[in-house]
Amino acid sequence: MIWLDTLVQGMLLGGLYALFAAGLSLVFGIMRLVNLAHGDLIVFAAYLVLMGVTLLGLSPWVAAVIAMPVMFTLGWLLQAAVLNRVLGKDILPPLLVTFGLSVAVQNGLLEAFSADSRRIPAGALEGASLDLGLVTLGVMPLMTFVSAILAIVALNGLFYHTALGRAFRATSDDAVTAGLMGIEPKRVFAVATGIAMVVVTLAALYLGMRANFDPSIGPARLIYAFEAVIIGGLGSLWGTLAGGIIIGVAQTAGAAVNPEWQILVGHIAFLVVMLLKPRGLFPRAVD
Amino acid sequence: MLLETRDLTANYGQFRALFGVNITVAAGECVAIIGANGAGKSTLMRSITGVIRNEAAMVLHRGEPIGALSSAEIMKRGIAMVPEGRRLFASLSVEENLLIGGQARKAPGPWGLEAVYELFPILRERRKNPGTALSGGQQQMVAIGRALMSNPELLLCDEISLGLAPVVIRDIYAALPKIREGGAAIVLVEQDIGKALAVADRVYCMMEGRVTLVAKAAEVTREEIHSAYFGVAA
Repeated sequence: MIWLDTLVQGMLLGGLYALFAAGLSLVFGIMRLVNLAHGDLIVFAAYLVLMGVTLLGLSPWVAAVIAMPVMFTLGWLLQAAVLNRVLGKDILPPLLVTFGLSVAVQNGLLEAFSADSRRIPAGALEGASLDLGLVTLGVMPLMTFVSAILAIVALNGLFYHTALGRAFRATSDDAVTAGLMGIEPKRVFAVATGIAMVVVTLAALYLGMRANFDPSIGPARLIYAFEAVIIGGLGSLWGTLAGGIIIGVAQTAGAAVNPEWQILVGHIAFLVVMLLKPRGLFPRAVD
Repeated sequence: MLLETRDLTANYGQFRALFGVNITVAAGECVAIIGANGAGKSTLMRSITGVIRNEAAMVLHRGEPIGALSSAEIMKRGIAMVPEGRRLFASLSVEENLLIGGQARKAPGPWGLEAVYELFPILRERRKNPGTALSGGQQQMVAIGRALMSNPELLLCDEISLGLAPVVIRDIYAALPKIREGGAAIVLVEQDIGKALAVADRVYCMMEGRVTLVAKAAEVTREEIHSAYFGVAA
């Protein structure tokens, strides 16, 4: 029954990757912007939560709830003050700017927190598990997975059943015509990035409680998130969850064969999906 | 005056598309703008709606300069656009396409979802379909309904008959008097001169980025139009 355990653990790991990726998917789906600083912003949010826990003595959950509006505001400002200026037909300027931001965030965190590994203390939850007979589930991975599904249900609800979501989709389809409908695309983009940063904070909470982190780990989180988004199909949030699960299962299966193969097999799974379905499994975006 | 352009110029890079265009639209009036391809009609619409930004004083709404405002700000003042080629949102259903038209500007008036469905009953049946899955004529109805949802003071219609079958054009034009009854002024950009003159109070003819004729639609002669449209006497 090792294979069943591998499959389930891989799926739960996929939940974490889906959380990393959901904000990236949302932003890409709306404004075709690939934020290369996404992983570093997750790490930044993890430090924000950690400060709430260590400096203010809050529980990680309360610290994350407080960090969410802070991250929303930072995301809004980042989009309004920086990224909106470089969005356009040419995809290179936003890539360069977010790459620069990635380097700046990493170095800023290094300056502020040093290169030491940190962890958000989660108390008894850290080692808690549920024994289901055939498999044993860690409570923290299970909560991560459930949070990923809830986040994607909430984002889908926002996207498909609210006036704001209508504005998101309309702006994504045709920003000029959306302007003719009284929608300011740049404001819509700022709100979208703000919401993405709220999801980033949730991802950061689980990242920090499940494993050690330091200022340099952002780019690797970005790669997993990016692969999950691409596998799922650009702009599809459920596809992003599927993408996260595929990478998670592939990594866990690789690790079950040989622990050195974990990361490699995850990337190979990504390449195989790209070979078979170049536009991803559930593409929503046309271009 | 509801809308006025004063010596409006517009450029695409080095290319000048409008040369000092002056038009006026009074409240409740229906104005037709006719001209051949490339005459500058659509550029004029894009300038009025802020898709192309100008100097502020080149476009006036109720005497206030709006030429430098964004499309969204101009729309919120009550100037709605039915763009050339319909440009429905592909990710939105018919009903969502309509709803988004009234999302940013909540003005009192006769138009809402029910009123639009009464004007174009076929849209009620198709309301759950993706907007772009409809026929060209039905898409045009959605585009007109979408613009009406904000209860605009001024409705700008850019080439609403382009590419449609005559029977469909007839249905679309049949809706225009009902829209005027609702109180909106209409600017109709058209290549179909006969259709435009039949519903308009006044007509402007454009050629090569300039206004070559201003006349009352009921009084203008075929010769005058021919001369203004082609730049040569009939």
